[in-house]
Amino acid sequence: MSLADVADRATSGGRTPPMVARSGRFLRSEIGMVFRRRRNQALLVVLGCIPILIAVAIKVSGGTSGGGNGDAATLFGSITSNGVFVAFSALFVIMPLFLPMAVSVVAGDSVSGEANSGTLRYLLAVPVGRSRLLAVKFAAIVVWCVVCSFVVAVVGVLIGLVLFGGGEVTLLSGTSVSFAAGLWRLTLVAGYVACSIAAVGAIGLFVSTLTEVPIAAMATTLGLTITSQVLDAVPQISAVHPWLPSHYWQQFIDMLRDPMALDKVGHGLLVAATYTALFLTLAWARFNNKDVTS
Amino acid sequence: MTLAIASDALTKRFRGGQVAVDHVELRVPTGSIYGFLGPNGSGKTTTIRMLLGLIYPTAGTHQLLGEPFVENAARVLPRVGSLVEGPAFHPYLSGQANLARLDAADRTVSARTASRRIGEALDRVGLSAAAGKRYRNYSLGMRQRLGIAAALLRPRDLLVLDEPTNGLDPQGTREVRHLIRQLGDEGVSVFVSSHLLSEVEQICTHVGVMSVGRMVWQGSLASLAAEQQARVRVLSAAPAAAARVLTRLGLDGVSTADGEAHAVLGAVAPEHVVEALVAAGVGVRGFSVDRPSLEDVFVGLTGEGFDVSG
Repeated sequence: MSLADVADRATSGGRTPPMVARSGRFLRSEIGMVFRRRRNQALLVVLGCIPILIAVAIKVSGGTSGGGNGDAATLFGSITSNGVFVAFSALFVIMPLFLPMAVSVVAGDSVSGEANSGTLRYLLAVPVGRSRLLAVKFAAIVVWCVVCSFVVAVVGVLIGLVLFGGGEVTLLSGTSVSFAAGLWRLTLVAGYVACSIAAVGAIGLFVSTLTEVPIAAMATTLGLTITSQVLDAVPQISAVHPWLPSHYWQQFIDMLRDPMALDKVGHGLLVAATYTALFLTLAWARFNNKDVTS
Repeated sequence: MTLAIASDALTKRFRGGQVAVDHVELRVPTGSIYGFLGPNGSGKTTTIRMLLGLIYPTAGTHQLLGEPFVENAARVLPRVGSLVEGPAFHPYLSGQANLARLDAADRTVSARTASRRIGEALDRVGLSAAAGKRYRNYSLGMRQRLGIAAALLRPRDLLVLDEPTNGLDPQGTREVRHLIRQLGDEGVSVFVSSHLLSEVEQICTHVGVMSVGRMVWQGSLASLAAEQQARVRVLSAAPAAAARVLTRLGLDGVSTADGEAHAVLGAVAPEHVVEALVAAGVGVRGFSVDRPSLEDVFVGLTGEGFDVSG
């Protein structure tokens, strides 16, 4: 007799059912919900179009440098020499707004969407413990962040290779590394981007426990990330800048130097981890004490 | 007598001070079909939400299936199927996919038996043919059926069904009643709420009546009927004379109206009353013994009127 038979027998006998499923069925179901949703699929398609748009624009323009300086100009300027820079450039430009928006949509919808459709009460009555529900929701959000980031990276590399070719990657500091080493750096960068926006996901999860209106939670989450960037632009409060969630978002560019300059990247990860821990705790405290009347 | 649901002084005061549920003492015997009655706004749904742990009581405790709820919610809830304030599912998923979603969330069942159990639940509520259709395209009745199917996804010891026949046509209502009776026969305790006594009168063994957040009556349906006092009604050209006879016989609550006299029958045999009236020379034009219908009792307990209480 298998474990499942024992479980079914036990439940039909009216005794306390044992826990048989620790296999992450609910997490898989949740991830499936996120990725089967048309709206989210459309978001991924739009994200995938960004590097294509960049690559095509540069190809059509003939690759002449439009001038300008700074990190963005350097990244874009490197695209014609190696296609992998399409991915780096795309991640750089969508970091401030586009990626936070994609995460805000999914994270803001996570709890409020279930409350809005009334399915939250049935999940809780299954029962899904409230802490477990938040854990699964956040895990799915993290998966979403990783997929968003890597979709841009992978599409960027592919379209870059097609239009501009590969070969040795000349880093921003002027030294060259093999193409494989370049891809490794891209993986690290995409991972850093995913961690950064996962913090937005934690904020979104918390906001999502405050309302039954998903669109309000999405807008609030995105609004908070924009506020962070607005504050980041006010020089008079430069002392708090390093602790704003968005301050080090584009700092992954340091990973394209030789050797990699990791102190700011490390600080960025610390800030992301801090915001994640803070807002997950807030979400937990709020949700565990909440009367679910939806 | 073991209890499927027992609550002690269960109270919910919402922010703003409104008391939605006030010291409710539920006593739902194991194996009973318990009709939880009350007008809209009387606190039924708030009580049900507290029973399932969706909202936290301001005061009081409760037990489900003999287990104190707060400590054992994770253990006892898998044995409880529920329908709360109407069905709620993801509109863009099929009925089947929605049930699979709920089943995946349940840690106490195995994935291996999921498709069989989902198929059986859909079959039981007559939704097999529409299993693959999106929930968005379900009619109100189909949605209600899917909600009941979700409550039957696995063997349960207790079902908490909030207005399960809402939105169903007469045929569907009959089917749901039949289903509840069948489940009761299988030994499942069923706690079913309704604002209409007539909805549940035919299937319930016990009733509890809520009014303005309080439990105003609770017990077996038979004892509710037995408690009601029969009244005699005498039609006569001389109601005052008839009333005197009724008073002389020791009947309580004697009153007269135009052309008739009333009294509570009590222990006196009706034929004895007729005999006494005739012997006293009261011209009897009509005589009846009336027992109030359960509907009358219900209205008497909860008050009549169109205003939503609370």
